[in-house]
Amino acid sequence: MSEFRIISPARKLASLLLCFVILMGFVQTCAAAELTLDASWKILSSKNYNKKARAIETIAQHNPAEAYRALKALLDGQLYFAKHSKELYILQQTDENYIFNALFGGEVITQERKRGFKKARINNRLRRLIRQSLAVMQLKNKDPDVRLVAVQELLKNPEADATHLIESMIDKESDDKVLAAMKTLRAVNMLKTGDEAAQMKAINRLARSLNSSVMNALTNYQAPNEALKEKVQAAISRINDQRKLYAKAETIFFGLSLGSVLALSAIGLAITFGVMGVINMAHGELMMIGAYTTYVIQLLMPEHIGLSILVAIPAAFMVSALVGIAIERSVIRHLYGRPLETLLATFGVSLILQQAVRSIFSPLNRSVETPQWMSGAWQLNDVLALTWNRFYIIIFCLAVFISLILVMKKTALGLQVRAVSQNRRMARAMGVRSEWVDALTFGLGSGIAGLAGVALSLLTNVGPNLGQAYIIDSFMVVVFGGVGNLWGTLVAGMSLGVINKVLEPWAGAVLAKIIVLIFIILFIQKRPRGLFPQRGRAAED
Amino acid sequence: MRILDMIKNDKPGVYLLASLLAVSIAVPLLNLLVPESSVFHLSTYTVTLLGKYLTYALLALAADLVWGYLGILSLGHGAFFSLGGYAMGMYLMRQIGDRGVYGDPVLPDFMVFLNWHELPWFWHGFDHFWLAALMIILVPGILAYIFGYLAFRSRVTGVYLSIITQAMTYALMLAFFRNEMGFGGNNGLTDFKDILGFNLREDSTRIGLFLASAAALAAGYIVSRYIVSSRLGLACVAIRDAESRSRFIGYRVENIKLWIFVFSAVLAGIAGALYVPQVGIINPGEFSPLNSIELIIWVAIGGRNTLYGAIIGALLVNYAKTYFTAALPEVWLYALGALFVLVTLYLPKGIVGLRNLRGARA
Repeated sequence: MSEFRIISPARKLASLLLCFVILMGFVQTCAAAELTLDASWKILSSKNYNKKARAIETIAQHNPAEAYRALKALLDGQLYFAKHSKELYILQQTDENYIFNALFGGEVITQERKRGFKKARINNRLRRLIRQSLAVMQLKNKDPDVRLVAVQELLKNPEADATHLIESMIDKESDDKVLAAMKTLRAVNMLKTGDEAAQMKAINRLARSLNSSVMNALTNYQAPNEALKEKVQAAISRINDQRKLYAKAETIFFGLSLGSVLALSAIGLAITFGVMGVINMAHGELMMIGAYTTYVIQLLMPEHIGLSILVAIPAAFMVSALVGIAIERSVIRHLYGRPLETLLATFGVSLILQQAVRSIFSPLNRSVETPQWMSGAWQLNDVLALTWNRFYIIIFCLAVFISLILVMKKTALGLQVRAVSQNRRMARAMGVRSEWVDALTFGLGSGIAGLAGVALSLLTNVGPNLGQAYIIDSFMVVVFGGVGNLWGTLVAGMSLGVINKVLEPWAGAVLAKIIVLIFIILFIQKRPRGLFPQRGRAAED
Repeated sequence: MRILDMIKNDKPGVYLLASLLAVSIAVPLLNLLVPESSVFHLSTYTVTLLGKYLTYALLALAADLVWGYLGILSLGHGAFFSLGGYAMGMYLMRQIGDRGVYGDPVLPDFMVFLNWHELPWFWHGFDHFWLAALMIILVPGILAYIFGYLAFRSRVTGVYLSIITQAMTYALMLAFFRNEMGFGGNNGLTDFKDILGFNLREDSTRIGLFLASAAALAAGYIVSRYIVSSRLGLACVAIRDAESRSRFIGYRVENIKLWIFVFSAVLAGIAGALYVPQVGIINPGEFSPLNSIELIIWVAIGGRNTLYGAIIGALLVNYAKTYFTAALPEVWLYALGALFVLVTLYLPKGIVGLRNLRGARA
């Protein structure tokens, strides 16, 4: 027994991998090989962790057909054994029943409780061991994605002897990604075992990787001579530069997605405030209505969460647009040409809408479920992952923006809107029904606020105060971009988002926001008409 | 003599000042001399509530001065009010001394809690009332000066000005929410013990604060009335109605706007300073843009461009708010929202305008 007790986990792994290179005739003092496969299976139901470790090694080494299934179940805590016979079963849990599938033979036992069965227990050391063993098995899997995960798993805890294993597979590997990962793994091992020329080659190879275990290997590397020392320093700084670059790219991506939210919430305002000159303080509440519409649609179709978002987009547009038209017809049309009064009246409307939502839906926050196709991330490389939901928001913002531009430039409505905003009396003289155009324009701006609400509902909680949180930001974006200029709004939203995210790491989220606000206040002093001021006659009022 | 003439010509103002005087005499009597069992007894709670309304009225007066007479719709007057309040709050915090929960003779409780070891530089000297009083005037005044100097010089007007004043108070709110700022963060400043040596829990101190608020309102009204009925006031109205023309005639539009704005901010700061010892707390929520917009509606409901209208509006709306939030909390926001809409649509001159309307018909 004394041989087993002194074996450290690392050595243990080493011995596991050795089993695969047994052809080399290189056998350590490990007595694992003495264990038979049948005995190993039995040991899994015992209590001794040291014995279990050896059993797992043996099973992995023999790699019978059941090995993968059994070890995976063991790792997930689904491997059970019958108390009397010690036979192994894999548990399959349903809502009502526990189904035990025998590992050997096709016996299936279904019962309501776990009575008579016991879980095969493992500890963290065994977990690591199983993961490594599974990875080694997976290396032979047909699916390249599985092989890639396996290589990456090995890379997390690279062992010198894995080289030989990898070496034998590298030539057969057909998938580029897996091949690259394997070469990286081989290079990491080469750092420890190879001669100086091999180490030189390895460093060259590793300087191109961004993996964090590669970074560990490089920083822990003891260079035997000066040339190699310089080489490894250069590699480390190169990797660090690369990482900084990708960190910047990530910041900009975050900034753009925040900017899209800002732009999206401001585009509707750019129509009502920018084109019509109406200060609509209830704009935030129209976004809130869009968000609640999404929530209600999800309640109506709980089976199809993925589809519900797509249904919510036109629904939110319609609901918010109708509410907007109602506001325009009942309040705003009496106040054209009196911007400060409009501001106060629409603020009153916003209070009423908030309270109405509180009465209908309760003051508590609701949450909208993110559909499956929006979760997860796009893993570009080891350090850069772009989450899909941020990605979709950017695309959604651009789509809304482009369709709005098309409506304004290519349709009869757009033409009439521009005509009325430039010269109301002349437009009326030409037969444009200006009142009708006002109502539709306001409805369009409100509908877009509703679309922004759909996007917001996926990012934050849906509550009565949702709109208030965004109204000041939206006004800032419109004023910063230049009133009456849709492109200005988009550029302003995006740049404010990026500025905010760039400032955040060293100033903190709140301070970054304060700095941006002060920046805009000062900017308006310098250029009172925003980034892209209107020129010509429209600017004079 | 000119002041006397001015007051004589301002009939509603005379009524207002007279009723302020009457209230100032009646309230202490009803509170201190009438026994508690009597129907006519005024509880200290009510006295404090009335004192709070008076500080709101002073704030509304300040807002009306710039909105009614200069056409500057400031959505950030709550910021000046809160800054004055914070200056007073800092003085009151220092007065607590070692009676705080942690018993530190110098550091306020929240600083001990945050593990700070010495007073930040801007807290020094606030144990002297004269310095606090100076800061109550200077801090809002200087902020208004800088903000106004930048904004008016680059001719930011109308809605744009409203939006950036709103951004200003929003930025200040975010800043004061941070613990690192040294103003108590989220919780603000509270747990005050005494002011100028008088215990804040004593009825007589409450009466004193009420009288101070009434006096400040009266003084604020007289000075404001003096300003608007002087030549400067006429210039203000000219600027409000035709800014470019006034500029071409030769008035220094920027300077006039700037000084009225600064004076208004100082009035708001004083109102805030009187508000804090009466309600016993100041926190960053006071900076919220909602508060600043709400005070505009007091002015609009009372009737802008009259000064006394703002005061009437502030008193009425706040009385209604106290009543509704206690009796029918659900209804209050509906009512406030409806007030905003109905007043702007149907009562552009406010309640005060109703009287003139009837006068015109008769």
